Amino acid sequence: MKANNKLFPKDLVMESLKESFVKLNPKLMIKNPVMFTVEIGTVVMLVVTLYVMFTGHTDQGSLGWNIAIFLMLLITVLFANFAEAIAEARGKAQAESLRKTREDTPAKKISQVGETFTNEVSVVSSATLRKGDIFVCDPGDIIPADGEIIEGLASIDESAITGESAPVIREAGGDKSSVVGGTKVLSDHIKVRVSTEPGESFLDKMIALVEGASRQKTPNEIALTILLASFTLVFIIVCVTLKPFADYANTPITIAAFISLFVCLIPTTIGGLLSAIGIAGMDRALRANVITKSGKAVETAGDIDVLLLDKTGTITIGNRKATNFYATNGVTQEEFIRLCALSSLADETPEGKSIVELAGKDIVNKLSIANASMVKFTAETRSSGIDLPDGNCIRKGAYDAIKKMAERVGNSFPTDTFKQVEEISKDGGTPLVVALNNKVQGVIELQDIIKPGISERFDRLRKMGVKTVMVTGDNPLTAKYIANKAGVDDFIAEAKPEDKMKYIRKEQNEGRLVAMMGDGTNDAPALAQADVGVAMNSGTQAAKEAGNMVDLDNDPTKLIEIVEIGKQLLMTRGTLTTFSIANDVAKYFAIVPALFVASIPALQAINIMKLHSPETAILSAVIFNAIIIPMLIPLALKGVAYKPIGASALLRRNLLIYGVGGVIAPFIGIKLIDMLIAVFF
Amino acid sequence: MNTAIAGVIATYGITLLLAWPLSRYFVKVFRGDKTWSDFMSPIERLFFKIAGINPKEEMNWKEHMKALLTINLVWFIYAFFVLLFQDKLPLNPDGNPGQSADLAFNTAISFLVNCNLQHYSGETGVTYFTQLFVLAFLQFVSAATGIAALVVVFKALKEKSTTQLGNFWDYFLKTITRILLPLSIVIALIFIFNGMPASYEGKDTVVTMQGDTVNVSRGPAAGFVAIKHLGTNGGGWFGANSAHPLENPNYVTWMTEMVAQVVIPIAMVFALGLFIQRRKFANIIFAIMTIGMICLLIPSIQNEVAGNPLISKMGIDQAAGAMEGKEVRFGAAATGYWSTVTTIISTGSVCGWHDSTMPLTGLMELLGMMLNCFYGGCGVGILNYYIFIIIAVFISGLMVGRTPEFMGHKLEAREVKIAALVTLLSPFLILVGTALSSYVLVNYPDANWAVKPSSWLNNPGYHGFSEMLYEYTSSNANNGSGFEGLGDGNFFWNITTGFVLILGRYLPIIGPVAIAGIMASKKYIPESAGTLRTDSVTFGVMTFAVIIILTALSYFPALALGPIAEYFSL
Repeated sequence: MKANNKLFPKDLVMESLKESFVKLNPKLMIKNPVMFTVEIGTVVMLVVTLYVMFTGHTDQGSLGWNIAIFLMLLITVLFANFAEAIAEARGKAQAESLRKTREDTPAKKISQVGETFTNEVSVVSSATLRKGDIFVCDPGDIIPADGEIIEGLASIDESAITGESAPVIREAGGDKSSVVGGTKVLSDHIKVRVSTEPGESFLDKMIALVEGASRQKTPNEIALTILLASFTLVFIIVCVTLKPFADYANTPITIAAFISLFVCLIPTTIGGLLSAIGIAGMDRALRANVITKSGKAVETAGDIDVLLLDKTGTITIGNRKATNFYATNGVTQEEFIRLCALSSLADETPEGKSIVELAGKDIVNKLSIANASMVKFTAETRSSGIDLPDGNCIRKGAYDAIKKMAERVGNSFPTDTFKQVEEISKDGGTPLVVALNNKVQGVIELQDIIKPGISERFDRLRKMGVKTVMVTGDNPLTAKYIANKAGVDDFIAEAKPEDKMKYIRKEQNEGRLVAMMGDGTNDAPALAQADVGVAMNSGTQAAKEAGNMVDLDNDPTKLIEIVEIGKQLLMTRGTLTTFSIANDVAKYFAIVPALFVASIPALQAINIMKLHSPETAILSAVIFNAIIIPMLIPLALKGVAYKPIGASALLRRNLLIYGVGGVIAPFIGIKLIDMLIAVFF
Repeated sequence: MNTAIAGVIATYGITLLLAWPLSRYFVKVFRGDKTWSDFMSPIERLFFKIAGINPKEEMNWKEHMKALLTINLVWFIYAFFVLLFQDKLPLNPDGNPGQSADLAFNTAISFLVNCNLQHYSGETGVTYFTQLFVLAFLQFVSAATGIAALVVVFKALKEKSTTQLGNFWDYFLKTITRILLPLSIVIALIFIFNGMPASYEGKDTVVTMQGDTVNVSRGPAAGFVAIKHLGTNGGGWFGANSAHPLENPNYVTWMTEMVAQVVIPIAMVFALGLFIQRRKFANIIFAIMTIGMICLLIPSIQNEVAGNPLISKMGIDQAAGAMEGKEVRFGAAATGYWSTVTTIISTGSVCGWHDSTMPLTGLMELLGMMLNCFYGGCGVGILNYYIFIIIAVFISGLMVGRTPEFMGHKLEAREVKIAALVTLLSPFLILVGTALSSYVLVNYPDANWAVKPSSWLNNPGYHGFSEMLYEYTSSNANNGSGFEGLGDGNFFWNITTGFVLILGRYLPIIGPVAIAGIMASKKYIPESAGTLRTDSVTFGVMTFAVIIILTALSYFPALALGPIAEYFSL
């Protein structure tokens, strides 16, 4: 029962039980047409029970039986309410734990005089911060509200939100300028502008969604509600017309039996669990540390056809790594490696570090760059390097940049190195040519390292029917190589931000749904255009505004999980609908003979479960109908397991489990309950 | 294997052999390809010219339905008044009277909606003029209406994204000139050579072997009987329908009538696959429909061949099966087959009395009409099946975790709403109708009506209940067969079934056409690995399950009180 303990923490259960009664309010019930009709039935049964109690007439069955039916109907409604309440409570608890991180914290607000900000800092409560306010943070401070750094750079511990202990760097300007309330500044001083009004942050919106206050039904949910309502109408017709039929057959049917038949037939199982399933879907997304702006977004995620993924960080490990040194003819390998290491010792870029790493400690320890001056990479020169005190200049950079550099002073580019450069490019690597005093010495091969296990994930996506597209700034040759190696279906090479947008539009025009993940301001239009746009929490405010989800973990592969959550959401609804309808077969076989057997003894033949008596048969069906709801709450909350085995196979599997199972289970359940209550009747 | 069963299998086999080439021909006709029947096009052009119709003008689904409903209304008014005043019109050698207003209302509607529920007897209730120019006319146009509506859906399923679904008048007229008319002529000729009357003379007089003088009704029946079956109409020339020796003289005519009534519905299923170029999709539908038919057929034949246990108890030999209400020249097995086919497709002609069939066969007949989509009537059978497909697509789409889509179009709330409404309609009409008649019968048995409610039913108890249930089921399914034994030729039944007929006809046509039209106008979504394939066996089984479960859930209590109670009481 351990799993259940997690699903139903004690305090949440108590709260939900209370809530189940509150939800009996007809104004709230009417939102769920199926359960609302059950509530009406319950009220009618209450009246009938009171009538039997006070008049003592037995034409409506014995008092005990009427009370039993009334109670079971009431319990059915309460169970359905409980399902919704517990789903809400779990979502709230999850959201609450996130909200705790942003409890009232002191904020060092910069006071404002008219339009200008003074340098005066006053400590106020974080609750008083409004959008546009500016505050400062020093090392050790908890950031009081979501905002954007406008000045400075700081390392920040975001573990409170993401659970990731390694601190991250956030700085003004660029794509890494946003900070989240509740995280802690570890070093440096930053100035931050508040980006949301209190109560309007994503987290607050999420909490409101889960609490049901602003939860809107999703399109699929609406369609399903229509279908369920029409089933309910069919059964209203069946039950109402049964009265004249029974009169014709000279069979009196009690009101309790009518209402029982009706309640058993209408899809109460799915009706009772429907909103719980929807809430649980968003809750599961939240547990995956994804904040969704609407329930619809989660549902849409399940329909995604195309997934745009940035190469760097998603498919490959953040950065390229040096994998080989190729010296030009006439340069010894050892000398070349020494040059490479020298040029990179002061280079803080990941590529530079990886060159030093590949060179090895033995060589590196012998080097010294005292008094040397570092030449930083610029977009113009497209190279970097070092000027040594002995007058030697080492440069490393892109092939064409170094070639130009060499040719300007009349040095030709060595053919063997040129061949090597081509070779490296073909293999998807990046050649980094090294020159000493404008003379080419050799080439370093940089390779993208594909994340372990990523191609399995793409495989899984392909089986789900999702096409993966890699977006990269690399040239088409390199892009193709990596795309093949990682197992993505398509790639966009030399991608500019507007290319993403174009690609998304193209796919959408062909009728496909596109999801993408992004963090930069220049991603914002594409995030908005995509059907599911997931912004990273570390991304800019613009990106977060544009997307319809925010991933607190900044994990680019999170989209895969989101797609599965979306699919699970729909599947849970579909399978429980099937189960609910399939259940009716057995209920008919329990109730119909019970209704007529007194006047048409021949119909005993369809009492195939051999139930004890008409009263126990009807009561057993009603009890089964009620207890199946709480029994399925765990499934509704956890969702039906998604297996990427292809749509037809999945349908077969679910049809077998929930369709055939749904026909058989109630036969067994009702028989067992009947055997149990036969003792009392 | 005994001869009777072999005859049944041979008949079905011939039907399939004919249906395949016919389906190819149908597709050519509806695509507008060149065919041998192009010699009809001058006549068609003439019709269009007179009517001022441009057959090339594309219509959207709403315009199609507007055209369909308008022309149907015109035919109704025409039929109603001609029937009312038929005694004053020519071709009435037997001097039959005009119909009463309520009977004319019922007859006009019933033929208009391809039902042919006959609350009169052909020999006395109508004249040769009305038989030919009202009833046979309506038999042609009502079948063509159903087929034209189906072709609109074909077109919608085929196109990727469009609102232009062809021209209704073009589909409609070609159905008559290229399909119904030529085939009817061939069938009528077979009938004539096998002794079916085609004379305009009045009643003939025969002296029987016992020396009695008997008046024998006749008339130009052969052509009427041809379209009666070909168009899944089912209304007989004579009151006894195809059990009448002149309407079904021998086994050859029996086979011909049997093949004629189911050949178009089956050919239309194949045509679906050819037209939208998804043969597998259509084949699976055909397989499911056939399995459905067999499920109904086997208990029927088995029960009829086994005979009535009550009679067996009396020590009477029943080697020939349950022969009450059956023609000796056809026998129990063949009548069992006919009763199944005529109820699953919407013909409703009979070659033996359904009232006399065994309770379980009666149950199968009722189920056949409640399902109404295993092959089904001309055009409308597939439209009914389409609604079940929509519901199956919706539920199974959810079950595989994807917003449901069908033929490259998303299925959304609006379509589900229409499908739900159509599904809801049948139980509503059948159950409410039966409830109404039961209520009147129980509470006002002696109402001062032309026919007292207490004398409606020939049989009390469960069987009487089945008679009422059958009448409304037959009306809703636009089937037109009667369980009989029900005094239905009076005001109450004429009016109530009349309304059931109208609602049971047009909403199930408009619904599927609307859904197909709306879906076709949506953006086309290419198939991906995550798309649920609708041409798989799995999806076929899903649709079958939806059909069975929905029908069973809607009608189980009513059936339990009728045929099921009767069966277990035997």
